[in-house]
Amino acid sequence: MTDITAETTAPTELPRTKTDWMPLALVPALALLALPFIGSPSAWVTLTVAGLAMGMMIFLMASGLTLVFGLMDIINFGHGVFISLGAYATLLVLGPLAGWGAADSVGLNLALLLLCIVTAMAVTGIVGAVFERVIVRPVYGSHLKQILVTMGGLIVTEQAIHALWGASPIPIRLPETLRGAFVIGDIVMERYRVVAVGIGLLVFLGMQLLLNRTRIGLLIRAGVENPEMVEALGYRIRRLFVSVFVAGSALAGLGGVMWAFYRQTLTAGMGMEVMVLVFIVIIIGGLGSVGGCFVGSILVALVANYVGFLAPKLALISNILVMALVLIWRPQGLFPVARR
Amino acid sequence: MSEPLLRLQDVHTHIGPYHILHGVTCDIPAGQLTMLLGRNGAGKTTTLRTIMGLWRASSGSIRFDGRDITRCSTPSVAQGGIAYVPESMAIFTDLTVRENIVLAARSGPVDSARLDWMLGLFPALKRFWNLPAGNLSGGQKQMLAIARAIAEPRRLLLVDEPTKGLAPVMVRSMIEAFRALKEAGETILLVEQNFYAASALGDNVLVMDDGRIVHSGAMSDLVADQALQQRLLGLSLDAHQ
Repeated sequence: MTDITAETTAPTELPRTKTDWMPLALVPALALLALPFIGSPSAWVTLTVAGLAMGMMIFLMASGLTLVFGLMDIINFGHGVFISLGAYATLLVLGPLAGWGAADSVGLNLALLLLCIVTAMAVTGIVGAVFERVIVRPVYGSHLKQILVTMGGLIVTEQAIHALWGASPIPIRLPETLRGAFVIGDIVMERYRVVAVGIGLLVFLGMQLLLNRTRIGLLIRAGVENPEMVEALGYRIRRLFVSVFVAGSALAGLGGVMWAFYRQTLTAGMGMEVMVLVFIVIIIGGLGSVGGCFVGSILVALVANYVGFLAPKLALISNILVMALVLIWRPQGLFPVARR
Repeated sequence: MSEPLLRLQDVHTHIGPYHILHGVTCDIPAGQLTMLLGRNGAGKTTTLRTIMGLWRASSGSIRFDGRDITRCSTPSVAQGGIAYVPESMAIFTDLTVRENIVLAARSGPVDSARLDWMLGLFPALKRFWNLPAGNLSGGQKQMLAIARAIAEPRRLLLVDEPTKGLAPVMVRSMIEAFRALKEAGETILLVEQNFYAASALGDNVLVMDDGRIVHSGAMSDLVADQALQQRLLGLSLDAHQ
């Protein structure tokens, strides 16, 4: 038996496929365009790093939703609750291990962050499995019912958070190592934001590897395009649906942890508050496209930061403007998925 | 006629409020190519989709290799050895040609001899091996859809109108490919509107009308009997040539 991927089977003189560079070029183009308006290079670098960090956190929160929508055709308005739940799950770790965060040890500080992430992903993954079974599964195929039922699920779960942890905002403290900033000349970059960029990039690369280099990734990509044909090939798409929903919930939980440490305050509604941004980036990126979600997140966050600096009064509407402009240019989003 | 590999017995299918199949009864013998003919809306596609479990039979039975698959899920039917090529082809356009084939080979990598045989049947696929399948022409997409169905040995191929919308030269290529599949001993149930293609390929023929099988027999008998063609299909082979 020979692996089909073997080089010997690949034909010579392949026609070239066109790579769509235009959406990718938007991010550097936007950053360069902003430079002369901002004036100071150090302020520009600080704003750009802050924008990238925010973009990565939005990506972490949104990537699961775009996958769930792409594969399962589910509009999950309850996605925000997994962000809140992930954020609150940090309390399970921060309570007993508060000393690790205060310790003057990079290892303990990073271990604490890692434990928070693992715990949050486990909790949101489990709750995601229950949410899919109890709330989402009965309404497959009906978008209106999905919106109503998942909104209901969100309200119920938010109230459950209130019941468990109380209705008052809860302050949390960043581990010592992640406090403060790197200062290079006039450039100031908050340490936590740099870490957030690193984690976001790692997750994006991991997802790209999973989607493009593994059979499960092939199945997800094929399922996004035509779930019925995936079943006709002999694969049980329902199991894939559940796995993707659980993974999407866990990713939202991870995003929730990062968002919580960024805000340093927990509220049950924090997930719901960020959902407008999340929906904007998955629409800009192209529903179901992880790459599009990544580019869309960075684009939205950079615009928010630059506009917030240059014209604070316009900051609130800047994301809507970006979405409108992108949809005028590409009505299906930056990287449309074939089925949609 | 040899022992049937697939047997449909009084199969009824409803889609929503519509009663589409009204008691389909037929046998598909192993190792032969059976053509399923009929006008648009006769129920040919519904028959294939019902066999695959994509639409559930409301009554009747479907037995494949002696096993009742009437209530089986689509993945179970496929795992039992039935491959399906829908009329829409349903190739994954965002995946490369290679990835489409890799996905179809459920049990692991395709062995090189089978791959060579497949690419020998459809040499055009070689040129686009590492390109998104969305770049293929209609005929090439059809080739990929059939290649995907035979990426692993299957007991039965269900193919829905493979020549629809193809240029004559591509229709001839398709006929040659199905001839080669016949010679390889594949069992095929082929829905076709093109009577010229059907007559060139079929060992047996089933004719459907209004959700029922109204004729079954040897293809050679239908080809030889123009009056029967006129009665069943409303045209004769001469009209197609």
